[in-house]
Amino acid sequence: MAKKEALLTGTHFMNGDIACAEGAIAAGCSFFAGYPITPATEIAEHLSERMPEIGRIYIQMEDEIASIAAVIGASYAGLKAMTATSGPGFSLMQENIGLAVMTETPCVIVDIMRGGPSTGQPTMPGQQDVMQARWGSHGDYEIIALAPSSVQEMFDLTVEAFNLAETYRVPTLLLADEIVAHMWEKVVIPSAEKIRIVNRKKPNVSPEKYMPFMPDYDLVPPMACFGEGYRFHATGLTHDEYGYPKTSSSEVQERLVKRLCDKIRRNTDKIIRVEEIMLDDADIVVIAYGIVARAALSAVKKAREKGIKAGLLRTITLWPFPQNQIAKIEEHAKKIIVPEMNCGQMVREVERAAKSTLVVFLSKLGEEPHTPMEIFEAIRRNC
Amino acid sequence: MVQEIMHPLSKYLREAMIPHIWCTGCGNGIILNCFVHAVDELEMDLDKLVVVSGIGCIGRSAGYTNADSFHTTHGRALAFATGVKLANPELNVVVISGDGDLFAIGGNHFIHAARRNMGIKVICANNFNYGMTGGQQGPTTPLEASTTTTPYGNIEHPFNLVHLAAASGATYVARWTTLHVRRLTQSIKRMLQKEGFCFIEVVSPCPEIFGRRNKMRTGLEMMDWFKRASVVENFSDPSKAEITPEKLVVGEFVNIEKVSYEKFLHEKISQINERKVGW
Repeated sequence: MAKKEALLTGTHFMNGDIACAEGAIAAGCSFFAGYPITPATEIAEHLSERMPEIGRIYIQMEDEIASIAAVIGASYAGLKAMTATSGPGFSLMQENIGLAVMTETPCVIVDIMRGGPSTGQPTMPGQQDVMQARWGSHGDYEIIALAPSSVQEMFDLTVEAFNLAETYRVPTLLLADEIVAHMWEKVVIPSAEKIRIVNRKKPNVSPEKYMPFMPDYDLVPPMACFGEGYRFHATGLTHDEYGYPKTSSSEVQERLVKRLCDKIRRNTDKIIRVEEIMLDDADIVVIAYGIVARAALSAVKKAREKGIKAGLLRTITLWPFPQNQIAKIEEHAKKIIVPEMNCGQMVREVERAAKSTLVVFLSKLGEEPHTPMEIFEAIRRNC
Repeated sequence: MVQEIMHPLSKYLREAMIPHIWCTGCGNGIILNCFVHAVDELEMDLDKLVVVSGIGCIGRSAGYTNADSFHTTHGRALAFATGVKLANPELNVVVISGDGDLFAIGGNHFIHAARRNMGIKVICANNFNYGMTGGQQGPTTPLEASTTTTPYGNIEHPFNLVHLAAASGATYVARWTTLHVRRLTQSIKRMLQKEGFCFIEVVSPCPEIFGRRNKMRTGLEMMDWFKRASVVENFSDPSKAEITPEKLVVGEFVNIEKVSYEKFLHEKISQINERKVGW
C-alpha cells in the first residue's frame, strides 16, 4: 500500500510545534530523537505519528543527552536529523552540541524557550536561552540560531535551519519561545518545487584520497557517510584533515578551531536574515525577535500614526548576530529600544554593535510578552 | 635483502594511527586483536562495519580499526550508535569502550539500549579503574581496592556487569579475560552474528595504573591472577558470577533470541501502511 504523503501542501491551521515538525518533514528530516519536555513535547508527539507513516525514524531516547547523541549518529549515517527540547534539556545537550560542532555534523536542534533558570516556568514563555545558544558548550565555536515570530515561520525557518546545517556542516538551532510554539495560526505549506532544499556536499574523490576534514574554498569539507566505503574516522578530539587526533599540536588546534569559526564568520552575509520595517528614516528603532517582535511591530505602527519616526529591526537570525545591520541603523537612529523576555541578553550584543546610539532595554518576565502599548510607551518616552 | 613483513591482519587496522597509546602489559591490544580476528574469520565487509567508542584508553580502538569509526564524548557511544544503527540497519555497529565510560557516565544509555534490544554489539574492557586519567575508582573497582581516589580502600560495591546486562535485556552476555583469547574471539564471532543487543565483558589487565597499587605490578602478574582464579561456568546464573581474588567466573551467561528494536520498528512501519496497528 502507498505511503502517506510526506509534504502536506496546502493551507492549514496548526500550532507552532506541529508546524516545526512539518517543516522538518518538508526539509527531508528522516530521523527524530527526543525526550518529552514542555513546551516542546508536541513536536515529538506529532513526529511519533508522522515519521513512521512516511517510512522515517522516530525514537524517544532516555534523556536529552542521548537524543542529541543519536541525532549526531544518524547524521553521520547519512540522514537529516533533528531533536527538540526546552531549557533544561537544552542545557543537557550542550556537551554534544560541542561534539556536533567539532565533528561538523549537520543537524537541527529546536529549543522552545520557557521561563528559567532551572525548572522555572515550564508552560510560560521566555527568551532566556539566547546566550546559552551561543555559548552553552565549552570551547570556542560559532553556531547558527534562528528565531521564528509566527507559526508560519516555525515551518519556514525549520526548513531553513536544515538548509543552513547542511550547507555549513554546523548544528543549527531553532530558538523559539513558548508562545510561538503553542499559538495556533494559519500555515501555508508550499508545493515541493517551491521549497528550497539543500543537501550536504558529498566527496567527489575515491575513498583512498578522501580526507574527511579537508575543507573546500568555502571552508566546509565534503561529507561522506558511514557505510559508503570511505572508512573514515571522526573524533571530538582536536584532529587533522584526516580526522586523526592531534592533541599536542598547537598548529592543528589553531587551524581547526579557527576554520570552524571562520566558516560561519566569513559567510555571515549569506546566513543572516533580518526584517527591516520602516527603518529608512527612523529616529528610534526597536530591535526584537520571536513573539516580542509582533508586539513591537504594532507599537512601531502606532508610533508612526502619532508622527514618531519609529522603525523595527526584527532579527530572524540571532546567531551569528547581525551587527552590520545595527551599524546601518546608527546612520540615522538616535535611540534603540530592545524589548526581550529576559533580564538582558541580545541587548548586550546590540550595545556592543551600536557604537554611538543610546540603547534602552525593556525587560519582561513571566506569563505575557510585552504588550504593544508597553513598547509604544517606551518609544514615546524616548523620542 | 630485507623483506618487509606485513602483519596478516594489518588490513583491519588504520596504520596511520599506530603506534597506539597503550601501556606495556595493557590488555587493550589483546581485545582489539581478538576483535579483528573475529571480523576476519567471519569475512565481514569492512565497508559495512562501524566502530564507535567513548572516552578512555580502550576508546582509542575505534580510531585504530580500519572501518568507519567515531570517537564520541564520554559515555555517549551507545546513544550515538543507536542513531547510526537506526539510520542504516544494514551496518554492523560495534561499541568498544571501557567500564567507566559504559557504566558510570554512560550507565543510563547502557540499560536503555539493552532494554530496547537495539542491534548494537558491545565489547567492554573492564580494567577496574579509570586508567586514562591516572587510576581513579570506578563502577567496577573491587571493594577495598586501592586507587588514587580510594587511598584507604574502596568502600563502594562494584557493578556485576554481566548481571546488569542480563537483567537489562541483552540477548547475548558473556565474560572473558584477556587470557581467554580463543574463547573471547569465538564469543565475539557469535555475538557479531546475533540480532539485538549483545554484551561481552573482557576483564583486562591494567598493571601500570591499577595493578601496581594492588600487588600486581606487571601484566604477567595480573594475567596470573586470571589464570589462577578463572572458572568457566557457561550458562550459570550471572548474578552469581563473582570477580574476587580467589574466583573469577567467566563464560557465556545469556544467548537468547529476541526481536531487535530496528526490526520491530520496520515491521511496525510496514503494518502502519497496511493499517494493522494497535494492541
